[in-house]
Amino acid sequence: MASKPSASAKPKSTVQKAPKPSSFSKEEELKSYYDMLLIRRFEEKAGQLYGMGHIGGFCHLYIGQEAVVTGMQMAIKEGDQVITGYRDHGHMLACGMNPDGVMAELTGRQDGYSKGKGGSMHMFSKEKHFYGGHGIVGGQVSLGTGLAFANKYRGNDSVSLAYFGDGASNQGQVYESFNMASLWDLPVIYIIENNRYAMGTAVTRSSALTEFSQRGASFKIPGMSVDGMDVRAVKAAGDHAAKWTRGGKGPFILEMETYRYRGHSMSDPAKYRTKDEVQKMRAEQDPIEQVKQRILENKMANEDELKSMDKKIREIVGKSAEFAQSAPLPDASELYTDILVGA
Amino acid sequence: MAIEILMPALSPTMEEGNLAKWLVKEGDSVSAGDIIAEIETDKATMEVEAVDEGVVAKIAVEEGAQGVKVNAVIAVLAEEGEDASSLDVTQPKAVEAPASSEPVAEAPVQVSAAPAMEVANDPDVPEGTAIVSMTVRDALNSAMAEEMRRDEDVFIMGEEVAEYQGAYKITQNLLQEFGKRRVVDTPITEHGFAGIGVGAAMSGLKPIVEFMTWNFAMQAIDHIINSAAKTLYMSGGQMGAPMVFRGPNGAAARVGAQHSQCYAAWYSQIPGLKVIAPYSASDAKGLLKAAIRDPNPVVFLENEILYGQSFDVPDMEDHVLPIGKARIHKEGTDATIVTFSIGMTYAIKAAEILEAEGISVEIIDLRTIRPLDMETILTSVKKTNRLVTVEEGFPQNSVGGHIASQVMQQAFDYLDAPVITIAGKDVPMPYAENLEKLALPNVDEVIQAVKSVTYK
Repeated sequence: MASKPSASAKPKSTVQKAPKPSSFSKEEELKSYYDMLLIRRFEEKAGQLYGMGHIGGFCHLYIGQEAVVTGMQMAIKEGDQVITGYRDHGHMLACGMNPDGVMAELTGRQDGYSKGKGGSMHMFSKEKHFYGGHGIVGGQVSLGTGLAFANKYRGNDSVSLAYFGDGASNQGQVYESFNMASLWDLPVIYIIENNRYAMGTAVTRSSALTEFSQRGASFKIPGMSVDGMDVRAVKAAGDHAAKWTRGGKGPFILEMETYRYRGHSMSDPAKYRTKDEVQKMRAEQDPIEQVKQRILENKMANEDELKSMDKKIREIVGKSAEFAQSAPLPDASELYTDILVGA
Repeated sequence: MAIEILMPALSPTMEEGNLAKWLVKEGDSVSAGDIIAEIETDKATMEVEAVDEGVVAKIAVEEGAQGVKVNAVIAVLAEEGEDASSLDVTQPKAVEAPASSEPVAEAPVQVSAAPAMEVANDPDVPEGTAIVSMTVRDALNSAMAEEMRRDEDVFIMGEEVAEYQGAYKITQNLLQEFGKRRVVDTPITEHGFAGIGVGAAMSGLKPIVEFMTWNFAMQAIDHIINSAAKTLYMSGGQMGAPMVFRGPNGAAARVGAQHSQCYAAWYSQIPGLKVIAPYSASDAKGLLKAAIRDPNPVVFLENEILYGQSFDVPDMEDHVLPIGKARIHKEGTDATIVTFSIGMTYAIKAAEILEAEGISVEIIDLRTIRPLDMETILTSVKKTNRLVTVEEGFPQNSVGGHIASQVMQQAFDYLDAPVITIAGKDVPMPYAENLEKLALPNVDEVIQAVKSVTYK
């Protein structure tokens, strides 16, 4: 890989100001509303099924963070790759993966995306350029950098989106990846979903520098802090980062300031934050409510139309839940398949 | 008093080198720190500095001399006023015996070349194929070069693989032929670049990730196991990691505990990986080519001590060997020795000595540790009824331990003696020369084990 022609090609300061939120057309407002609502309803259903014992193991819900992945998907183009950690259901739906296949994987069925062998944390779709679904905190950052390496190697103009949280931001391999991505000008957007808590540890208790957008400073990677609860702000920042990376300027960091309403996983005692804090976020900054208000204010749709959209989404999700419970368990012979190619 | 300048050892495994160039001549005065000669080893060309001052009284080894043994006198410095003509140069200078009260076990035996090329499971070499002598190093290098010529998706990344020409010269000249796009120097960040390699493989490229040694790959083991080995299964067969992780494995020579460990047993436990540990140059070449073409992640364990050793290699345009097939190195009737990689050197030497005593030993070179060729092992054990395994790794949960367990479960009635598993001792690798020898297996242990299972 070519190294940089000169260091002066990099901006002096790595901190950039987030652009103004994109102004959305009616279609964009409605699409983002639909996409975010699909994630929310899907996750609510997953939570229910977990409570009923239909979903096992770990289950990490994305509720509250929907604007991040929805806005980013609106900023990228076909062929760009997405990779994330274990809080991955939202990313899969945003990438266009079928809710039936995702839900059936959650219930560990043959018709799940990984034939029931991956589970909540491990789903992939080559067709939708979704590369997982990774359970080791921070692992996806190096892998996503590798996807970008492959793009550059092939000389295509695809960009890789590597999502990770504030917790993963303290892993060593993140910085190893930052270094190489910058050294080799790899087309990767690092999206740090700062939802304020790494499991139960608040960022202020885990991180010496909590301005995550500046975490690339040692590697000359520019970054910006973005209102991750406003899908338009995410889209605008995503546009900027995609243009930057696709233009051959190397990696970019987007810190998405967001919030997770639910626990870290389904077995979270929630002792580390107050109910008031969660309620305040929900009431004042909910990403879906923000869009809804704009849609109504600007008369892009009326209450009835939004209700019917919600109904349609509930039907899709309800159908996926039925599918996920009626699909067969994987055949016992699947135990020994997909271990090696050609074996 | 004259001072002898000796051929220096410039690496832990160097035994000889070439005197490429003299930068002084007889009669020259030198001071400490002056560069007096250039020495070429199998790894690099290095400069030799004078450590004392004086007059070069005699140059004992001519410029261009090949294969000069370490510690041979290459020149003599006289002190000022000393008559150089009276100096007596004795060649080569004997190495001082290690002072130790402990009995010193036999050193690892250096075997110059594999004897007969008995390739039981391998594709036939076409009649008339020339056999050339080749080092393991050149075999690995040519395997990569050939595969990179064949497939644009193959590239190599690792520390010092490009401009330095490989820490162990395995990637020599690849940068010149393929350029920096495909021969990628990485920073010293094993965890990160292993992950980048796996990510590139997940999108369909075929990376060769070189670890300077497998010891450093412990920084990267999460990606080798959790990302490379498991993705195919976790994705229900949608995507995997067609790639090779390779580098020197096991003890080199006197490099201490953190640089001397065999990982064969570790990686062989992981479903989703293939694990190869060749001994000969022919196997190194044929199996590395197969590993690069394999659509699965392959852990390729080399051995630094074997890098410089020469073996017969068939001079074929495309020498590819099957992964997962052991090689019967030598047929025998009284006992079976199963081993791999440098373990072969102990087995071959022991078998020679045992043969002279009338005990016929069959030697199986596993070559691939996973998938393990139990069929070849069982067939041999059913014939000889006795089994000894040899490896340099730690004894608990060793490759030999697994084989012994399998043989016990699958061929119990055929065994005429308990299986003996020879491994490295259950200690971190010591630095001291005598202790290191004690920590590794040795030929005498193998001989005693074979005698024990044959009740001789």
